Amino acid sequence: MSDSKFKNPIVAWIDYRLPVFSFMEHELHEYPTPKNLNYFWNFGSLAGIILVIMIVTGIVLAMHYTAHTAYAFDSIERIMRDVNYGWLIRYVHMNGASAFFIVVFIHIFRGMYFGSYKSPREILWILGVVILLIMMATAFLGYVLPWGQMSFWGATVITNLFSAIPVVGDSIVTLLWGGFSVDNPTLNRFFSLHYLLPFVLVGIIVLHIVALHQHGSNNPIGIDTKSPQDTIPFHPYYTVKDLFGLGVFLVLFFGFVFFAPNFLGHPDNYIEANPLVTPPHIVPEWYFLPFYAILRSFTADALIYLPISWLMSAKLAGVLAMFASIMVLFILPWLDHSPVRSARFRPLYKQFFWLLVIDCIILGICGAKPAEEPWTYISQAATAYYFLHFIVILPLLGFFEKTKPLPTSISEPVLKGGGGLSSAASAKPMEKA
Amino acid sequence: MRKSLISVVAAVAVLSSSGTMAAGDAVKPPKQEWSFSGLFGTFDRGALQRGFQVYNEVCAACHSVRLLAYRNLMDIGFTEDHVKKIAAAKEVTDGPNDEGEMFQRPARPSDRFVKPFPNEEAARAGNNGAYPPDLTLMTKARVGGADYVHALLSGYKEPPKEKKLAEGMSYNLYFAGNQIAMAPPLSEGAVEYADKTKATVSQMAHDVTTFLAWAAEPELEWRKRMGVKVILFLLILTGLLYGVKRKVWSDLH
Ligand code: HEC
Ligand code: HEM
Repeated sequence: MSDSKFKNPIVAWIDYRLPVFSFMEHELHEYPTPKNLNYFWNFGSLAGIILVIMIVTGIVLAMHYTAHTAYAFDSIERIMRDVNYGWLIRYVHMNGASAFFIVVFIHIFRGMYFGSYKSPREILWILGVVILLIMMATAFLGYVLPWGQMSFWGATVITNLFSAIPVVGDSIVTLLWGGFSVDNPTLNRFFSLHYLLPFVLVGIIVLHIVALHQHGSNNPIGIDTKSPQDTIPFHPYYTVKDLFGLGVFLVLFFGFVFFAPNFLGHPDNYIEANPLVTPPHIVPEWYFLPFYAILRSFTADALIYLPISWLMSAKLAGVLAMFASIMVLFILPWLDHSPVRSARFRPLYKQFFWLLVIDCIILGICGAKPAEEPWTYISQAATAYYFLHFIVILPLLGFFEKTKPLPTSISEPVLKGGGGLSSAASAKPMEKA
Repeated sequence: MRKSLISVVAAVAVLSSSGTMAAGDAVKPPKQEWSFSGLFGTFDRGALQRGFQVYNEVCAACHSVRLLAYRNLMDIGFTEDHVKKIAAAKEVTDGPNDEGEMFQRPARPSDRFVKPFPNEEAARAGNNGAYPPDLTLMTKARVGGADYVHALLSGYKEPPKEKKLAEGMSYNLYFAGNQIAMAPPLSEGAVEYADKTKATVSQMAHDVTTFLAWAAEPELEWRKRMGVKVILFLLILTGLLYGVKRKVWSDLH
């Protein structure tokens, strides 16, 4: 025990029996990290912090919330008016959900741009897609809880989708509802699941991080770290960089919370749920809009539906396409089989990457518009392109793209582009690329 | 990458502005000057108290503000005695008493605002089948918020010749579909303001909307005050963190 690496005797005593301090020392201090990570590598830790914020605010909300159709809406207003700092807690939780998705979407596109899903990080990536799915489920369930008009009608529209599944569809919907319409049993099970899923997320995120620490982070030039010269210890270099990033994030986040807390919400959700009055436009939260657009683009006369129209109804096709748009991410590491990771050395892939980003944004805009021309056509084209990107373009690029020569090591370009701030050092080659 | 990002942002701006949400044939409400908008906005106390008077003397005949309690009025500058008087003018049902009977008593500051109708059916029966919605969250529950409510209240016009209105309906520029079941609620001099402000329709619309905006977001002033402090603190903290980050990283470059 006397030869413990910890000077503090209490720490050494504990560590001898339960090696938590060795573990932290190993994972944080000794953990070697590529020295050239840019600010896009901040978003993973940000997402983790937001999850903690969501769990803490959520637990406090649950202390005052009443999961009953007759009281849910009023209990939220009670939180807003009569609970000490209740408005703050609720606005943080509400805007936290949006922030979570912004951060995670950036995190995912970062992974795509720099090829972080490629060997040996496929399982890390797959766990990430699972996290996305569970987050989406959690957010959907949570949005139902305040029992406003959009809560109710959103829940009705989305749960009804399952009825498109042949044979068992209707039984599934009844099971989800706990009855024959969205009603009190639905609200109760949604609350229960909304409380459960974030803790499932925690478990999967632990696995995500175990997988990450197995081979370490990818980096902007996408080549493996080769010598100790290429890496720096996570602490203090990236802890302080992550903290600075957190500061910038919090300024923006609290800007919304304090000065525009309902900017991202829908006014209809301040009207109590009413099964007898359908809102003129039922729109989901902004982060579901691209998926909603894919769902709605499969209409009976849509060109993209024709090839499969003999097989299934347009409704089922839409539902399957919506799920497929995420499922396709699971096999992304094998669809994109180019040996080069980073888009910096893949001139064609880089352009297609940005086309995909634009395509997703167009889908998002279409999802917010009423299902009328020209938006239906635009969303059909954008849906077709989305799948084309993954299923046709990426595999072909792997065969035909002429990639640029890779640097021999991480230290090489960093030393050359060096001087000044790390951000400038990493931004420069990106502009040139 | 930076160039591509800028072009993406530009594309989004162009696309999302073309063809906004179709909202019937209603006109977009004009922007008003509100004391409570902006980073440092606060509710104008005079407008709040006049607005309460308009609500109490006009709108309360049909609309509830069920999430407010009379005690909340102390937050907009009424004295406790005044609030007691305002509450006592209304009757609430309480009970059961020792004999098991429900009874009527004057409202107390701790009571929620008394509703004009006991239930939706009664409200519809009293309004030609239309339901006057609760107004507590109205400015949060409509696109356009306070601007919309103000425009609605002062947006009654003679209908154009080709437009046929149903029995008991009024023509309003800003209401979706332009036909509203609420007769123009405000007319010149409908209330007599204690502070001698002239009770024009536009003045009353402005005051009652301010009152409703407060009813919807009673935490607004507190929120913004706290927000300024939190953001200032975070800016300083982030600046310091940036300095530390540069210092820590300086030995690498
Ligand atoms: C004579 C009864 C009556 C009075 C008095 C009255 N209203 Fe109304 N109000 C109604 C009815 C009925 C509706 C429902 C209209 C409809 O759905 O067509 C309504 C609807 C509204 C709406 C909702 C419009 C929408 O977008 O759905 C607002 C806001 C409103 N009233 C504000 C006021 C205000 C403010 C006052 C006081 C200055 C007032 N009303 C006075 C009967 C009344
Ligand atoms: C993955 C993390 C989470 C996400 C993405 C999430 C998302 C959401 C969303 C979108 C809402 C609706 C907000 C609104 O419009 O009012 C909501 C409400 C709610 N959430 Fe969560 N949540 C998360 C974690 C939690 C946790 C851990 C709890 C604790 C049990 C919780 C409890 C609640 C409660 C009680 C409400 C209703 C109150 C309200 O609507 O403001 N949430 N959640």
